[in-house]
Amino acid sequence: MPSLTLLGQSVVSGLLAGGLYALLALGLSLSWGLLRLVNLGYFALAFLGAYLTYQLGTVGGLAPWTAVLLILPLFFVLGVGLHAVFTWFRVREFTSLLVTFGVTVIIESLIQWYWTADFRRYETPYASLSFRLGPLFVPALELLACLTAAALALGTWAWLRFTYVGKALRASAEDPAIAAAFGVNHRAQAFLLSGVAAAYAAVAGGYIALISTLAPSQMWAWLGVVFAVVIIGGLANPIGALGAGLLIGVSESVTMAVVAPAWAPLVSFSILIGLLVLRPGRA
Amino acid sequence: MRIPRYSGNADVSRPVILFGVMLAGLLVLAPVLPVAAAPAGQPIRIGSTLALTGPLGPTALLHKIAGEVYVEEWNRSNGLLGRPVEWIVLDDQSKPEVTRSLYEKLITVDKVDLLMGPYATGAILAAMGVAQRYQRILPHHSFGMPHLAKYEGHFPTAAFGPEPNKTVPTTVFSGLAAAANPPKTVAILTSKFPSAQFLSSGAKEVAEKRGLKVVLYLEYEFGTRDWAAMAARVKDAKPDLLWVGALGLDGNQLIEAMKKLDYMPPRHFHLFPAPGPLALSPDGKQALSVSVFEEHPPFMANPKTARLVNLFHEKAAKANVPYANVDTQVAGSFAAWQVLDAAVTATKSLDDKVLGQWLRANPVDTMIGKLRFDGPNNYGDDLFKLKQVQDGKWVVVWPSEFAAPGAKLQP
Repeated sequence: MPSLTLLGQSVVSGLLAGGLYALLALGLSLSWGLLRLVNLGYFALAFLGAYLTYQLGTVGGLAPWTAVLLILPLFFVLGVGLHAVFTWFRVREFTSLLVTFGVTVIIESLIQWYWTADFRRYETPYASLSFRLGPLFVPALELLACLTAAALALGTWAWLRFTYVGKALRASAEDPAIAAAFGVNHRAQAFLLSGVAAAYAAVAGGYIALISTLAPSQMWAWLGVVFAVVIIGGLANPIGALGAGLLIGVSESVTMAVVAPAWAPLVSFSILIGLLVLRPGRA
Repeated sequence: MRIPRYSGNADVSRPVILFGVMLAGLLVLAPVLPVAAAPAGQPIRIGSTLALTGPLGPTALLHKIAGEVYVEEWNRSNGLLGRPVEWIVLDDQSKPEVTRSLYEKLITVDKVDLLMGPYATGAILAAMGVAQRYQRILPHHSFGMPHLAKYEGHFPTAAFGPEPNKTVPTTVFSGLAAAANPPKTVAILTSKFPSAQFLSSGAKEVAEKRGLKVVLYLEYEFGTRDWAAMAARVKDAKPDLLWVGALGLDGNQLIEAMKKLDYMPPRHFHLFPAPGPLALSPDGKQALSVSVFEEHPPFMANPKTARLVNLFHEKAAKANVPYANVDTQVAGSFAAWQVLDAAVTATKSLDDKVLGQWLRANPVDTMIGKLRFDGPNNYGDDLFKLKQVQDGKWVVVWPSEFAAPGAKLQP
């Protein structure tokens, strides 16, 4: 039997890992739910953000936070640009999978061309920093990532719920024709949302650079679990994405601690399948 | 008798005499000077794939650079059998199924004269099937499961010996047993990547046979992202030695996760680590691994080896590789090219049957040592040694005859 400390530690680790899942899932959930675009490109954008943070930090000597703040507007513009391309080519929900898969491969190739396929590690003094909570240890960077995910999820939820733009976006997703009849300019708001979602990818990328080791192909390693988080959390539901991220993070971590690490990847998809069977209308 | 001296007033001018002397010297020395005639004729085409993209990309990049260095050296001298060499290297995307198709293409469409193996066990196994079907020889550098290699035309330079699941752990535990404070308990964490899992499960058996207590044995998926829970389990088990059946940066990430829990095991061993990040990281201090080559005596004694190492450094630096040192992976790669070179040069043939027969009958001197292919499944001796990170560099520490000057197992 695992000790209580081991169990407690795995729950803490899982919650924090779940925060990063949620952070990555946020942009994808918004794009899929409100724009009907399944944008696989977010994984590539997040890794591009991670590499740029690494580059600005290691070569430019900038603090990671400054680096992320610098690339945020760039990613907003990139998101808007990508959406312009999707609009121009009339990309729809199903075709978006194929198109954004292509975008991901192109960005991955560009990353590999510039930074090579070799591993990159952004060494910072925060990497091993952790706080003690009785017998448990809370890693500082993962905690910050989790808090950022929570803040962005809450902020996005409030934006969608209480602002005109948020309500308009939801209305357009529900029924574009009726929304347009009420004067909603869906095109402009879609560009705004694409920019915001890409900026979220940059934030996630900043944390990936600080927490993980970078290699271009690793962007694919996040795909399965983040997709599961998006679907379990519900499309365009930021709070749901946060909750699903935490749920999957804890489930995986406890599985690793109690059963075996090799069983952990099964957990997220088992939860997803269970949910689809029990509540088929949810996704 | 007085010999008249040359005087400046003679009829023959000084430059003409100088030229004459040089010409005479050249004529005298011509038979003993090495002649590096430029290679001529139709190029010899050697085909292979490498994982230029995908999760194996970082290490495959080193094999690509090693191959380029070797082929350029051929072409700088007089080629292979006096002919220039062209290396066709395709991207197998780290996928065995892609590797299989590409080797089929190399043989049937590109019609290459010779084959070189891809990187890593899965891809090599896939390529081996194709090579066997067309009866082509396949030298390769990174195959970790000798019992699966049944084709008589494969020639491995990953010098594990026929039973690496026994010999490699024996090397590690023997080296540690010779230390002042040998470990009594061991925790084994391993990637499920085939060769890593194979060797690590062997380590469990060898450890138990040697009387070490295995306090934890865990397998994780290749490409695992979350190390925190595994770090917590290692901390809970409190082993004297942590064996990580690591690939790439697995070990770095596990160490980092353990440090966040304010824990480090007294000793930690990493099976197939990315050498640079572990050596250069402050967390990698005194990390252990195994190696067939490091850049220190006695491995660097041969001038040809030293030249290949220097050329690799230059090319790797240009390719922006952060850690450009030659160790097991790169040396194994060079050794595979040396095996092909030796067979073709000795037989003066490109016939796979002739080359295969010669290689099975003759040992080949390579930069990692003498390789023979007459053992079970064409495997010879296990040439691996125990190495450790000391002062930011990997150095062999055991057996002592291969240890870097003054290096001993620390602490």
